[in-house]
Amino acid sequence: MKITLNGESRTVDDGSTVNSLLLGLGLDPRKVAVERNREIVPKSQYAEVALAEGDVLEIVHFIGGGSHD
Amino acid sequence: MTDTLSDMLHDDGFEVAGRRFTSRLLVGTGKYKDFEETKLAIEASGAEIVTVAVRRVNLSDPSQPMLVDYVDPKVYTYLPNTAGCFDADSAVRTLRLAREAGGWDLVKLEVLGDQKTLYPNITETLLAAELLVKDGFKVMVYTNDDPIVAKRLEDMGCVAVMPLGSLIGSGLGIQNPVNIRLIKESLSVPVLVDAGVGTASDAAIAMELGCDGVLMNTAIAQAKDPIRMARAMKLAIEAGRLSYQAGRMPKKLYADPSSPLSGLI
Repeated sequence: MKITLNGESRTVDDGSTVNSLLLGLGLDPRKVAVERNREIVPKSQYAEVALAEGDVLEIVHFIGGGSHD
Repeated sequence: MTDTLSDMLHDDGFEVAGRRFTSRLLVGTGKYKDFEETKLAIEASGAEIVTVAVRRVNLSDPSQPMLVDYVDPKVYTYLPNTAGCFDADSAVRTLRLAREAGGWDLVKLEVLGDQKTLYPNITETLLAAELLVKDGFKVMVYTNDDPIVAKRLEDMGCVAVMPLGSLIGSGLGIQNPVNIRLIKESLSVPVLVDAGVGTASDAAIAMELGCDGVLMNTAIAQAKDPIRMARAMKLAIEAGRLSYQAGRMPKKLYADPSSPLSGLI
């Protein structure tokens, strides 16, 4: 199925969860936050939240930033 | 130093959102050459609170080093900011993600007006502050040097108010010391100068006005030697605070000799 991930179109396996997506991308779930269709996905639910066709996901983390850039 | 002297010179630091911090210098983590330099500069600054930005993960290279690998969130208090947000909606969305990423609710809100001045957009800032406070966030808010707006932000429930010294990244220092002092005098929550500090003397001036602290990034990161400048800022903040507490001598129009005139030969 097709999803939009950080603004780019991607194909993922049917039955994917947020957790399997993160692991497949090589990301440490503890270091990121995920938004699905403009709703925050709590870390505790990564394994349960199944992805659906057309989902729009944002995966973010903390970067150096500062006062203002 | 004797115990008595060290007691006399002791600084309790400042309290925000129920937490006490010893260092009155808060630093940003952007614009450094690399993570190693970031780490050393922060260490030299003595800062306990560091601001961080929230951005999309680079999916093409997920294994690249991350800030958290160099600046330990267990050692430093991460203060997620909304740098780059120009409306209330994106600022609130960013901080909700930050809360989930970090697991804490102390945040820095800044909603900017335009690219040329990066001056705060006050109507959007007020809107975002209201939503965030309602949502349980502890909001430290970047604002202009208007005492009425500063008071309003405190009344809304912001835990710290952070007026600009001058334009973000300009290094022009404290352009309106009169207003900064008015803001400090009229608020009960901590007041920190945010933006505009260019060099150590600027930081000292902010502290001499009675501010609780200073937040800076570019002044350190873009100095020729960021690590030395970080230490200079730490000392300037301490010197400025001591000077404020000590209370300066009155200014006079004419000379006043330091040595007694009686007994002159």
